[in-house]
Amino acid sequence: MEMYILLGFVLLLSIFLGLELIAKVPSTLHTPLMSGANAISGIALVGALMLSAEGDTQNLLAFGAILFASINVFGGYLVTNRMLSMFKKK
Amino acid sequence: MEFFTTVSPDTISTIQNFVYIGSSVLFILGIKMLGKEATAVRGNYFSALAMFSAVAITCLSLKIDYKIIVAGFLLGGLIGSIIAIKVKMTAIPEMVALFNGFGGLATFLIAWSQFNVPDNSLFQHALIMLTVYIGGITFSGSLVAYGKLSERLKLGKGSWITNILISFFYLSLPALVYVIFEPSISTVLPAVPSYFLFFLGLTMLAGLGFVTPIGGGDMPVVISLLNSLSGIAAAFAGLLLLNNVLIVAGSLVGASGLILTVIMAKAMNRTIGNVLFVGYASATQATGSVEQGEVKPITADDAYLILENASSVLIVPGYGMAVAQAQHVVRELGELLEENGTEVKYGIHPVAGRMPGHMNVLLAEANVSYDLLAEPDDVNPAMDSIDVAIVIGANDVVNPSATEEEGSPIYGMPIIEVHNAKTVFVLKRSMSSGFAGVQNPLFFRENTRMLFGDAKESIGLVVSEFKD
Repeated sequence: MEMYILLGFVLLLSIFLGLELIAKVPSTLHTPLMSGANAISGIALVGALMLSAEGDTQNLLAFGAILFASINVFGGYLVTNRMLSMFKKK
Repeated sequence: MEFFTTVSPDTISTIQNFVYIGSSVLFILGIKMLGKEATAVRGNYFSALAMFSAVAITCLSLKIDYKIIVAGFLLGGLIGSIIAIKVKMTAIPEMVALFNGFGGLATFLIAWSQFNVPDNSLFQHALIMLTVYIGGITFSGSLVAYGKLSERLKLGKGSWITNILISFFYLSLPALVYVIFEPSISTVLPAVPSYFLFFLGLTMLAGLGFVTPIGGGDMPVVISLLNSLSGIAAAFAGLLLLNNVLIVAGSLVGASGLILTVIMAKAMNRTIGNVLFVGYASATQATGSVEQGEVKPITADDAYLILENASSVLIVPGYGMAVAQAQHVVRELGELLEENGTEVKYGIHPVAGRMPGHMNVLLAEANVSYDLLAEPDDVNPAMDSIDVAIVIGANDVVNPSATEEEGSPIYGMPIIEVHNAKTVFVLKRSMSSGFAGVQNPLFFRENTRMLFGDAKESIGLVVSEFKD
């Protein structure tokens, strides 16, 4: 249980940190920020790689989790980059 | 993996945790840099590097067959890359919704897989249920948002299908409480057979019921909220797997999504609860706003003559510009006006369009310099010095009722006060009201001229006049 309390602490601090970091973002960057954050939520890929797989169901679930998280990661970063490259001052 | 079999698992785990700390720092720096124009591109690289190192180091200790991993990774990478490269900038909102849904689905599957592992503690069991619930709602909710944003799904409030879906959402709440405490409850009451499978299905239906009744114009709020939920689901999965980088990255996404949700709701002068569970429909009956009168239509020729003599022009785009794909021709008009000695600015309302910052992306795509883009607070004080305000496919965000008519459902919403400009051009397809279903008195004002028709065509005509 001690482990969970420690990790819960990390969770809360990260949320506060996130709120502080993003509170004053100019509205120009709202879409890239959202798309960038969306790519980060593909971190579920790390979770998917940690799964244990014994038996067909587990293998299938792990495959699905890796597949969908990868779509999220690759798509998210690429499209954010594409979008940001258009935001140039002329 | 031969090499690593000689290293003890403890050492590997220590190395992994050190790298996770490094990636967490990179994620934090990355998201911080994403919030500033000058550093945004580098911020995205930082965050991608963080993702790469976290994923790579996790591969040191795998329990899954590597063939499954390579297959999922390659296929997913290929699909994601193709979508990201091919998507049109006008389709960004629905694509973000789709990717977001896939992230949610991944956490849903992770939690499902953990459920099948024997000997979960009561706390782990509760975490699994919460992660399944949030991940599932994120997935199916995002699919509905995708359908609505791409205009494939027409289902809205009031349809019987919607009502059934909504009842699934409300049913899912007590079901969530039940499944969280199921291990304790089933010691007293007879166990419900395969309750988990029912719960999996119910979560999916609940996500549909959560988003289906919400209208298209409220999507900026919904899409931000779903984004936040996908982060929270990842953070919960991190608690479940005792993985700190999942917790940190997930929480950052959760927090950023939450802030955007609040900003969007504020820009509509509504609470998040009102957007999600009430909608505009119930408010509209309260008002008797029937301001009618003569609208004054003009032709592109007349518009050109007025614009040619204007010394300052404010362009206010809305969702209609996205629909008509008019951003390029708008930029062209802006440039021609500037060549003519006119000062041009773009007034961007935070909720114009279908996602946060939607208009900014479109104008950036069309090569409009971002220092020409101004927020309502910047343009409103000097509005009476503007010669012509051109409203392109925007409606509710320029509705003067929001500042003048206390009974109006949108009263109090911050707007771009174009009605204070000397002349207002409104480019519109027809006289239909905006998403909020509120009549817009702007169209009947003394200083308003209506330019009916497709925005792209109308502006194209003005542009060709300028060129002649």
